[in-house]
Amino acid sequence: MSLAHRIIPCLDTDGERVVKGVNFVNLRDAGDPAALSARYNIEGADELVVLDIAASRDHRPTFLETIRRVAAELAIPLTAGGGVANVEEGRAILRAGADKLTVNTAALRSPALLTELAAEFGSQAVVLAIDAKRVGDRWEAFVRGGSVPTGMDAVAWARQGVDCGAGEILITSMDKDGTRSGFDCPLTAAISRAVSVPVIASGGADTPETFLEVFREGRADAALAASIFHDSIQGLGALKHFLGERGVSVRQTG
Amino acid sequence: MNIALLEYGAGNLPSVERALTRLGVQSRRAATAEALVSCDALILPGVGHFGALMRSLGERSLIAPVREAVSRGTPLLGICLGLQAMFAASEEAPGDAGLALFPQKVSALPPVDRLPHMGWNQLRRARPSKLLEGVSEDAYFYFAHSYAALDAGEAGVAFCDHCASFVAVLEQENVFATQFHPEKSGPVGAQILSNFVRHAGDKA
Repeated sequence: MSLAHRIIPCLDTDGERVVKGVNFVNLRDAGDPAALSARYNIEGADELVVLDIAASRDHRPTFLETIRRVAAELAIPLTAGGGVANVEEGRAILRAGADKLTVNTAALRSPALLTELAAEFGSQAVVLAIDAKRVGDRWEAFVRGGSVPTGMDAVAWARQGVDCGAGEILITSMDKDGTRSGFDCPLTAAISRAVSVPVIASGGADTPETFLEVFREGRADAALAASIFHDSIQGLGALKHFLGERGVSVRQTG
Repeated sequence: MNIALLEYGAGNLPSVERALTRLGVQSRRAATAEALVSCDALILPGVGHFGALMRSLGERSLIAPVREAVSRGTPLLGICLGLQAMFAASEEAPGDAGLALFPQKVSALPPVDRLPHMGWNQLRRARPSKLLEGVSEDAYFYFAHSYAALDAGEAGVAFCDHCASFVAVLEQENVFATQFHPEKSGPVGAQILSNFVRHAGDKA
């Protein structure tokens, strides 16, 4: 008996439709979030992440409606975020049906936001999302959808974020994102060793072997992927079967 | 049957409501003492902080009515923080008394593994359970918490191991509770809710 490693499909949306791109650019339409969510709920996803990567204030009501539509399809946990800058915006996302929310840019600007969110909703509802890129011999945290460098060391930021109240870290490798060349295991392992909370690895998912690597070498508690699931390149059931056969604890379904 | 969801601001109330709807079970939200008197079964959802939950119930004058409903024999299901609220106190909020349906105290899980305990885990069964009827022994349930009841005497019917052994399913007469979230635990979670509703119906 042990905690299962989670497989988490991620829906990057423009608030309304699922979009996808490579290295955070060249976005294109990839479907209806509620329809995809219904599919993943049945196929055995352990959790779902829905992000508003446009995160513009004008579109916020649209994104909240998207969360409601997605939540209605799910009997599994839902994490949502994108542009959350204060407690009220966090509350709106949770009220719309999310169980956890992600924060990124605003937390780096003001780490106290993590403390406020944790005090209000509990650490278990606060996921610190970090977009990291290799710079020399370390990883640097980027904000605003990966467009702005912060000069902040990603591992140090993860540690600080947890001290401030984050209950989980979602680490995205910008070098790997959209490349289908495998997760960034050294980055994920560095974050995982630095913090006491669960770590979700993101960016670079491809074959079942890449998931095995990020659970073993990357010491990830969960692995997130988008296009390989959206495009049906990898089935959730087959992936979990592969991992289970190799001794990784996973929740088998169906 | 009249199933009431205790409305005091719990974030997971709509999820529980949706899960019941999927089972074809109608529920209504109950926010007053009067509404608790007329219900056949009561669900106490919960997520967040022990102190915040108890203060929220206190501000709405719901603590005594919940205890009275339990005394009358009304079936009660507590979920996650709703389970913890059934105990006398919690290390999470030393100044706030719980519903005290059970005399033990809720503890912080020792940090020997990752916390919060977040994700899908299996159960270890200790006693026969009504909630777990028809549920496979190796089924996984969704947990998200850092505090837990380590002991509930004879009421602890199933346990989970993460950082420590803790009560995952609690049953005593008309009182039921799960530390995991049945409303987020896929088909097996639906089975738990269905078992509660069925058992509550037998009593009504």
